[in-house]
Amino acid sequence: MFDTLKSRIYQGNQFIPDIPNAPMRKQFRGLPSLCNGKCTNCNKCLDVCPTGALKLNPLSIDMGKCTFCGACKNICEAQAIDFTNYYKLASTNRDKLIITEGMTPEEYEKIAVEVRKEITSIFSRSLKLRQVSAGGCNGCEMELNACSNANFDMGRFGIDFVASPRHADGIVITGPISKNMAYALEDCYKSVPNPKIVILCGTCAISGGVFQNSTELNREFLEKYPIDLYIPGCPVHPLTFINSVLSFIREKK
Amino acid sequence: MTNWLITKNNSKVNLLDIPTLEMSQLRSEIISQEKRPVGFFGKDWGFGTTRLFVILADDDNGELLISSAMFSAEQKSYESLTQDVPSFHIFEREFYEQFGIEPLNHPWLKPVRQNQDKYEFFEMKGDEVHQVAVGPIHAGVIEPGHFRFMCNGETVYHLEIMLGYQHRGVEDMMVKQPSNQLAESICGDSVIAYNTVYSQIMELLKDIEISPKAQLIRKAALEMERAAIQIGDMGAVAGDIAYAMGSAVFGVTRTLVINTMLEWSGSRFGRGLINVGGVNFDISEDEIKLTLKTLDKVAKDVDRMAKTMLKNSSVMSRLEKTGTVSLEKAKEIGLVGMAAKTSGIPLDTRFDYPDKWMKELNFEKKPFKGVGDVNSRFKLRYKEVKESLSMVRKILAKLKDYEKEPVLVNSNKELSKDSLAISIVEGWRGEVVHIAMTDGNGNLSRYKIKDPSFNNWYGLALAVRNNGISDFPLCNKSFNLSYSGNDL
Repeated sequence: MFDTLKSRIYQGNQFIPDIPNAPMRKQFRGLPSLCNGKCTNCNKCLDVCPTGALKLNPLSIDMGKCTFCGACKNICEAQAIDFTNYYKLASTNRDKLIITEGMTPEEYEKIAVEVRKEITSIFSRSLKLRQVSAGGCNGCEMELNACSNANFDMGRFGIDFVASPRHADGIVITGPISKNMAYALEDCYKSVPNPKIVILCGTCAISGGVFQNSTELNREFLEKYPIDLYIPGCPVHPLTFINSVLSFIREKK
Repeated sequence: MTNWLITKNNSKVNLLDIPTLEMSQLRSEIISQEKRPVGFFGKDWGFGTTRLFVILADDDNGELLISSAMFSAEQKSYESLTQDVPSFHIFEREFYEQFGIEPLNHPWLKPVRQNQDKYEFFEMKGDEVHQVAVGPIHAGVIEPGHFRFMCNGETVYHLEIMLGYQHRGVEDMMVKQPSNQLAESICGDSVIAYNTVYSQIMELLKDIEISPKAQLIRKAALEMERAAIQIGDMGAVAGDIAYAMGSAVFGVTRTLVINTMLEWSGSRFGRGLINVGGVNFDISEDEIKLTLKTLDKVAKDVDRMAKTMLKNSSVMSRLEKTGTVSLEKAKEIGLVGMAAKTSGIPLDTRFDYPDKWMKELNFEKKPFKGVGDVNSRFKLRYKEVKESLSMVRKILAKLKDYEKEPVLVNSNKELSKDSLAISIVEGWRGEVVHIAMTDGNGNLSRYKIKDPSFNNWYGLALAVRNNGISDFPLCNKSFNLSYSGNDL
């Protein structure tokens, strides 16, 4: 027992104190930064993009499709495409994930998440989520697990993953939704008591990502039920996830 | 003509050189070879015919043996191999599911990835026997799979595992639109392993030689991935026995490793690092210094926590003799990778099929004494973390010799025609095998993937026999097998 206590003292406090303003390493590929004027229409970026997230004239990147692999940035000789390390990428509106020239982190933070009174009044202090992996590759799943580790400690905000949909206020979907998981996903959603929310976590969940052309998917669920929050990323960084959910359930200061 | 084409790991062969035997002859050949399968898969050969390719691994000599058999449109069955060599059970089930050619007298021809709802589970009957059904959605944040326990009270008689919920049609997609990003998303906890093996396949087919520097960076990243996951899983094992201290400390220590990966590549799991033709990012001298400093801390912290944990008798009472797979059973069902090592089979394709760096950097296989229980799997992870960290150090030191070299070469080339390329990379779970074939026009015509989990899931089913059902999470985490890698 003394060894365990010594370890506790040796480790000290490992949590990140200020999650909403936590610094991110400069190498992280987050919100794209585009410069239409530099684009020479060479189409090279379109060829390397695995998911068709890019469009030219005017230049835009759909974060709902983007895997943040950076291939377009690497191939663009004109340096029209860059990625900032801004990590609060979520939006309540699918269309707002499409980034065009001039979108700055400050601007994006203002427009991305629409705060709704009925959400903040119920969930702002406690949000219990049931996660459903529907064809997820274990990337987003590992990062969602990391949200609860000693560094990120999501539980301090009252946000937790629970074992049963019956105890949950909403579901978090990862993965492109395989045919074989479509039934279980819908079943899970129906088991969550009202009022409930649906969060799409990761590029695969939002658009199918690299699997969008697969014949083994069944994404009907997304047409049937309302989606409340889209969180882009491949995989979603824990800071992205926690801050996205916070911005959705809490009033802006 | 010989019955087998003998080749090495990371090699390309002409399809015309691969022998085609009668199935009955191939069957007796496979049995007499007494080697383990790494590939057993069909390919549509036109006009309703199917060609079955078999690749066996000769681990003692570092060689791969390839042969094949042709099935005519009318020939819809053959005598199953599983009766004689049990480790083929899953391969034959997969072949049957994909091509409808039935292995006759297969002991248990159940689905692999399809028709879960139509399958009738094996049932035990008795007054005291009951079933526990779990999944596909589990209590934790993990991938989906269905587990059916046959129990007597709290003791598990048998566990049946039904997977396939994650099936996304990856093999077809790899033929139609292969990309590094797709390869990375096949199994998102083995990003580096999958992307390395995919890139090697493409480089073989395109005849590209990548720079030594790029090779070293890939190797370093692979070991970083191994270290990160093994540390994380040590934490997960600690979590499942309610040893919160271990869970927390290993969790934050893993963060140090994956954040270093973020510095290298912009992604915590190394996504976007590897590309066909090399790697996308160079590691600067400053980054090397920073990495070495971090790794020192990681090594120290892991050491400290693991020693503290293993000294604790209440920890040991949970780990020892829980979820044991005997050496005999492990050999019989053909376990690979980590799970095999812990049962006493020293399989490690890094050393069994070494590339030039293994010799140049003096990396040697170190023996591990395991008895196949959770404790062995925990200790193996601890050992692998230490080894991987020291390997990363050596690789990074070697990088200095190649300072001015490019990390990426042009990969804009045609694929070779009528070829088969095979590459095996030892991911943290075990061997990740990719096999690609091209047609006469130089287009991909078949892409076959084998994750180590494909062999090992049955090992988990055997491990939980005669254990308390409450120890299942612990057994499961100690293996930490992949659902998405298995389901494809």
